[in-house]
Amino acid sequence: MPEKKAPGLTKGLEATGKAASFTLRVIRDAFRAPFELAYVWLELTDQGWRSLPLIISSGLALGLVMTLHTRTELIKFGAGAWIPEIQCLSFFVEIGPLVAALLVAGRVGAGMGASLAEMRATEQIDAIEALSIDSFKLLIVPRVVACFLALPLLTTFMDFCGVTSGFLSEHFLSHISLQLYVARAFRGVEWSNFIPPTLKTAVFGFIIGTVSCFFGYTTNEGAEGVRKAATNSVVMSSLLVILADVILVKLIFVLYPESAL
Amino acid sequence: MTDWNDTAVALDHVSKTFGDKQVLQDITFSVAPRETICILGRSGTGKSVTLKLIIALMKPEAGHIWIDGDDITQLEGQELSRVRRKMGFLFQNAALFDFLTLYDNLALPLQRLTRKSKPEIEEVIDRVLHQVGLSGDREKLPQELSGGMKKRAGLARALVLEPQILLVDEPSSGLDRITASEIDELLLKQKQHTTMIIVSHDVHGVRRLADRVAVLEHGRLAALGKPQELEHHENETVRGLVMEE
Repeated sequence: MPEKKAPGLTKGLEATGKAASFTLRVIRDAFRAPFELAYVWLELTDQGWRSLPLIISSGLALGLVMTLHTRTELIKFGAGAWIPEIQCLSFFVEIGPLVAALLVAGRVGAGMGASLAEMRATEQIDAIEALSIDSFKLLIVPRVVACFLALPLLTTFMDFCGVTSGFLSEHFLSHISLQLYVARAFRGVEWSNFIPPTLKTAVFGFIIGTVSCFFGYTTNEGAEGVRKAATNSVVMSSLLVILADVILVKLIFVLYPESAL
Repeated sequence: MTDWNDTAVALDHVSKTFGDKQVLQDITFSVAPRETICILGRSGTGKSVTLKLIIALMKPEAGHIWIDGDDITQLEGQELSRVRRKMGFLFQNAALFDFLTLYDNLALPLQRLTRKSKPEIEEVIDRVLHQVGLSGDREKLPQELSGGMKKRAGLARALVLEPQILLVDEPSSGLDRITASEIDELLLKQKQHTTMIIVSHDVHGVRRLADRVAVLEHGRLAALGKPQELEHHENETVRGLVMEE
């Protein structure tokens, strides 16, 4: 019997159900052999190593801009000595994790969505299944695991670059020494200001990987599907990363009350 | 009730719909071991869908598909993999994995599905690549291959696990007459020891390869028989598809 066209709400619920079932399958298959370590490494190189120039340049630029903005106001109040600490804390706690995640959503998310949609359109995914190989395990799990692992590392690089360019900016403007800058920067910084916010990016990585793979893997509309998968991957993963950030920041405050600024 | 155990492939009252569109309706035919059957039909009559149903890339809404005595429509997981391993599939555009070299495209199923050692895998790949005339191209990526080379590479990947049943979707599409004829030659070599189901528009190739021809029209099986018999079929579409220009 031919299928009847589902109304909007039913379609929305159906899509949510499919996404939830896709996510659960990612989690289940990530802990099931074979672990596809070679493919995880391949993806880690692609997602991590190739994102590094973007992360480094963005971190340096943001660090510089951030120092220039804060210094004008803080100098007015005679609080110039606080610039390093504010720079360090803002990068560790929020700017580094969130900006790194949004940059990865743009670069890696779009790429994953488009490449999987392209594989679907050119029957490569069907070909893997026809060979009795689990295409989900081969294509999806390594991508999500790599994204999960890459993001905390990329965030650390972004934090480092942000603080470094903050120092360079201050050094040229106020001739502060590296030793003094480091001492002031880490004066009020606890481990709880660095570790939980950096680790929360693993959740962002999982979201970006899963959402992008979902749109790429489940499309079936040829070239138009590739375009839609790339766009939807970036839009939806960026949105979910921002929503998850709100929840995770609250959770970090509950678990580590000392990290609240 | 028909006994499908002695057949290599059997479709038993199979129907398939996409949304409101009925693509296949009540299709029944069987293929004997080492027989070659070619499926002809106008575009959009469900020929490629038939192949995808046979290898369970899609499920039919009604009917059963028997592969060497197993109803593949009822199988999942390990059991489905076991039955699928009896089949090789040459896709219309070869569907080579574009992130792997030609060698790795062929090695992937051997590494995953067999217990062969690295030297044994090398030996199998060298043999199959020699068979299809691509011995010197094993390190090339799919995008470096021409259309004809891609088809031959796709055939090599389909043959690497030595399947009992070979499903071939449009072996000559997008190829010139000479290259298409070379692909036909390769398929002819498989004919003695492999059951083949070939979807094609190329009547010349069909008449060289087919033991029997199945003609689909509006999702139904319009005719089934030897090519020479179908030249005199009462249905004009069947005659038009089987007769050489």
